Amino acid sequence: MEITLTVNGRAQALELDPRTTLLDALRDHLQLTGTKKGCDHGQCGACTILLNGRRINACLTLAAMHEADEIATIEGLAPPDDPGALQAAFLHHDGFQCGYCTPGQIVSATGMLEEARAGWPSHVSPNLEAEVALDRSEVAERMSGNLCRCAAYTGIVEAILETAEQERDVEPREAAE
Amino acid sequence: MTARFTMDETQPRLLDETAQGVIHEPMDRPEGRLKVTGCARYAAEHVLEGMAEGVLVRARVGRGRVSCADEEAVRAMPGVLGVYSDSRMLQVPAHGGAGTAPAQGPDEVRYFGQPVALVVAETPQQARHAAEALQVTYEEEPGDFDPDAAGTVDRPDKRALDQGDLDQAMAGAHRTVDVTCTTAPQHAAAMEPHAAVAVWEGDRLTLHGTLQMLKHNRAELADALGVAEEQVRILSPHVGGGFGSKLGISAESVAAALAARALGRPVRVVMSRQQVFETTTHRTATRQRIRLAADADGRLTAIGHEDRVYNLPGNAFSEPTAQSTHFLYAGENRRMAQEVARVNRACTGAVRAPGEAVGMLALEGAMDEMAEALGLDPIAFRKRNIPQRHPETGQPYSARALAGCMDDGARRFGWEARDPRPAQRREGEWWIGIGMAAAARVNLVSPSRARVTLREDGSALVETDMTDIGTGTYAILNQIAAEMLGLSPARVEVRLGDTDLPPASGSGGSMGASSAGSSVFVACRALRKTVAGRLGCHEHELTLKDGTATCANRRARLHELAASGALSEEGEFRPGTTKKQVSQASYGAFFAEVAVNGVTGETRVRRMDGTFAAGRILNEKTARSQCQGGMIWGIGAALTEEMVFDPRDGHVVNRDLAGYHIPVNADAPPIGVTFLEERDDHACPIQSKGVGELGISGAGAAILNAIYNATGLRLRDYPVRPEAILSDT
Amino acid sequence: MKPFDYVRADSPRSAVAAGGARARFIAGGTNLIDLMKLEVEAPERLVDISRLDLGGIGPAEGGGLRIGALASNADVAAAHAVRRDYPALARALLSGASGQIRNKATTGGNLLQRTRCPYFTDTSQPCNKRRPGKGCAAIGGHTRNHAILGATSHCIATHPSDMAVALRALDASVEIEGADGSRRRMTVGELYRLPGDAPDRDTTLEAGELITAVILPPPPAGAAQSYRKVRDRASYAFALVSLACVAKMEDGRIDQVALAFGGIAPVPWRDGAAEEALRGENPGPEVFEHAADILLADAERQGDNAFKIPLVRRLLKAELARATGTGDQR
Repeated sequence: MEITLTVNGRAQALELDPRTTLLDALRDHLQLTGTKKGCDHGQCGACTILLNGRRINACLTLAAMHEADEIATIEGLAPPDDPGALQAAFLHHDGFQCGYCTPGQIVSATGMLEEARAGWPSHVSPNLEAEVALDRSEVAERMSGNLCRCAAYTGIVEAILETAEQERDVEPREAAE
Repeated sequence: MTARFTMDETQPRLLDETAQGVIHEPMDRPEGRLKVTGCARYAAEHVLEGMAEGVLVRARVGRGRVSCADEEAVRAMPGVLGVYSDSRMLQVPAHGGAGTAPAQGPDEVRYFGQPVALVVAETPQQARHAAEALQVTYEEEPGDFDPDAAGTVDRPDKRALDQGDLDQAMAGAHRTVDVTCTTAPQHAAAMEPHAAVAVWEGDRLTLHGTLQMLKHNRAELADALGVAEEQVRILSPHVGGGFGSKLGISAESVAAALAARALGRPVRVVMSRQQVFETTTHRTATRQRIRLAADADGRLTAIGHEDRVYNLPGNAFSEPTAQSTHFLYAGENRRMAQEVARVNRACTGAVRAPGEAVGMLALEGAMDEMAEALGLDPIAFRKRNIPQRHPETGQPYSARALAGCMDDGARRFGWEARDPRPAQRREGEWWIGIGMAAAARVNLVSPSRARVTLREDGSALVETDMTDIGTGTYAILNQIAAEMLGLSPARVEVRLGDTDLPPASGSGGSMGASSAGSSVFVACRALRKTVAGRLGCHEHELTLKDGTATCANRRARLHELAASGALSEEGEFRPGTTKKQVSQASYGAFFAEVAVNGVTGETRVRRMDGTFAAGRILNEKTARSQCQGGMIWGIGAALTEEMVFDPRDGHVVNRDLAGYHIPVNADAPPIGVTFLEERDDHACPIQSKGVGELGISGAGAAILNAIYNATGLRLRDYPVRPEAILSDT
Repeated sequence: MKPFDYVRADSPRSAVAAGGARARFIAGGTNLIDLMKLEVEAPERLVDISRLDLGGIGPAEGGGLRIGALASNADVAAAHAVRRDYPALARALLSGASGQIRNKATTGGNLLQRTRCPYFTDTSQPCNKRRPGKGCAAIGGHTRNHAILGATSHCIATHPSDMAVALRALDASVEIEGADGSRRRMTVGELYRLPGDAPDRDTTLEAGELITAVILPPPPAGAAQSYRKVRDRASYAFALVSLACVAKMEDGRIDQVALAFGGIAPVPWRDGAAEEALRGENPGPEVFEHAADILLADAERQGDNAFKIPLVRRLLKAELARATGTGDQR
């Protein structure tokens, strides 16, 4: 079947078997191989992308279902030669080793920070209605959908916390300007 | 030119004399930018023109023969290009470092899930459906699926030791410990599934693979296919984790190569996550009996470590469970022995720290029990039993900072605040406790070669078929070359993972950094000699820094010295007699604090610390990550990881990442890692030792010892899940 | 995956018209695609309902809350009305799956997810839920996470949802549109059926029926609500045992109580008699033990899962003690 996917702001027409998952469409048809396949069953998070700004597992949805959606992948977060703040923080804190789960971690963290900004609680939030205070355990819980067998979790959490803090520092200033 | 070096005598610590100052520095991974931007390309991501897609078909019996496969029906399905069950296809993966093909012939089924055919189609969707649709009938044969009841049990001589009289020592001891510990089967479960893209140009095969030891893998693949090694090129510049599961070639490589040859077009074969669990190597379960005898002074007089493991019939590998028990503690009466049960389960092999990863769990648990029986602090007891010489061979030890690691770790962790009485600390529903264990992992090195080129522009190129499986090879080889040649790391390029480059040790057994690193060192040392010669001085007068060579009053820029043509040296490192002169290992100490829920039996690790000594640390950042990762593997082994095999047909019951529980982010506590300054002159010319497996070698025991301190429950069966806590409270 | 026809519905009516025994509705897809890849599910037609206007969360007629069937698990957990009035539901949702899956999985799909019994998801193994009459390979196999209540010799699988457990404790209902356009409502308790001798049918839905909404009754005023999940990992794991507890005290006595359990039965499990034994009583260990005795009277271990029986008892006692403010065991 013919479908048009809008990925990283660019609409592209594809001829696909209806069985094609969004993940396979990205990797095999659009050559966007930054989104990884680790389990193909929503059990590892390596395929995390942003669908209309929200993080999802690209392996558990069909490409055919996403014609009207905005899809963002790791390739769309920042140009390869100019990594964004989160990517730089992962690099600096060694939030990865083999690198295979890494794009999924970074895209997931991007979506997760938005969720926290929107005030969504998590399983470890002591109070469901209080403001979200991202700390180590909040970040760890919210990132638990992204497995890392190298177990670079310490660096991942540090990288995300540092990025969140930088953004918190920057935001009030921007608001004041 | 090739500079050869064999490690027959200790070498001057040149890396302490050089001027660049980048060795040991916590440099970011040079390939890291590719990884964080999604630009690093792994094997399955080579989508080639005209590429067909292959999917392996799994055996649905535990043992037997394929009598018939309805290939015609499948060939008629949309898009199907072929069904292959070539007799060269692999039954099992090659054992690490084998260099020859493992058992071949897909018609003979030796375990449930073994690949019996490859279905190739135009698209992955078509191929996967056709593979599922292939009707295969079997002549089923009875199999042995239970390691405890296996009909055939081997007792390898190489694992047997009987020194002194263990029984007599036990009978006459002041205190004894005689315990049985079990560990569950574990899977490496690297995030990148096994994958191969094969393309032939004439008689020459190029395989984009995900493999750890390319020179061996090339030999294995050539042997399996029946072609010459020179006809095979393997590319594996990025490997999405290995942990032993990619040491040797497995089914996908051979199947992809055969189908690509038959079809005359590139073929990609990617294992599903389920197939990774079913057909790649896993770590055996173990049953270990530890016996310890001690005198009234708290000195060990005997150590027994006997274990039972399993593997497929005919497979040479067996987990070296007692590996570190041989050298870690004193005791003149010693007995080690192993039983290998032959079962029809997927093949077992080396998984991160084969031997120590499980053996240290049993030993360090028993040491904790003995310390308590003696009324001694666990650290004091261990320190009292650090032997002067190897208790079996009489060898001296090379650098060994076991005591220092325990003392340093204890200080950082706050060990002195520990109440040795169990079940004393409670916070609400949670029982809190702390525990420790020693870390030890044998040090291995292996022949390795690398080419280093000082290019006309004064930059350097390092080339070797070495792999980086997340271990930091790109970083440390860069740093060694940068340090030796006096260059900023930005001026060094490292190319890895291509069998056209000089063959390296490969990644496995924590030997890659020292082995491949030494080959780069040897090549650079030869280049320094050439540079010194061009400056007209002796190499020991030479200082290289920031691209400038200085000796006495002469000075030149490196690009000037290489202006007439790039300078290139191949370095070859070989292990030598220092390996036999001394007992070499990396050491450390683990500390853990756990909380055990008194209502539900759930255990959570609240914090962990590790202090390690592994010779020269080449990159403090990547080494730290390795140790943190290893300690989290220790959490997995202690609390969550178990491969389950069905008792009736041997199939893997939990063959995915929802059923096989590797630790998630929320399972990982804050982890402190400290390295003690050390040089091991006997290890290699760069004085480094293995660090990649050290962090797991005993980590789980610290957790179970902490559970004992928290609850008073002395648990010896890994992993400890809620039922183990509940059944005893 | 077997090939299928893909059709996009533009209204609930057109969806049910396109549905039927050999079709499946797809919305979030997080469980259906998973099972289709394994060919455990092999619909001939996939009816995409993800664009239907069924995602709203708002007041229900006569009080309470109406959650559209397409509201994502994340949206429900983040909705202020849910966090304020139905914390047990928010907690249950937040303890389930991962952030990514909660963003995609829908309310209706969560209710209809299939068991994670590993013999169900492996087509090499006989399974009565997958193919009635073939036998149950789980019995005699690895049964650590199987049922202790409600199982039969045909099936011992458990229902995996966290959300449904909370909904059951909160007395929620589902709104259903039938193939002929008719609408009906039933409680979550009525939605699920025990396997009996037809374990292939998880629910009482007729072929082609579509869940359009979940209706929560007005929040039980003054009641304590909780959801507690016991699992092997700290996150991202199915429940070994979970408990949704709603309890209200009046003059020192238990006035209202609802206890729904996950991980122990083929359906989210409630036991009216056990709750009845608590009502009107002074809370205390003996009363809780008595309720646990009733709840577990018919509990049967399946091989490796004997631990669930004491675990249920402990969880029940601990959560009731907390909810009633007696003998907090923390």
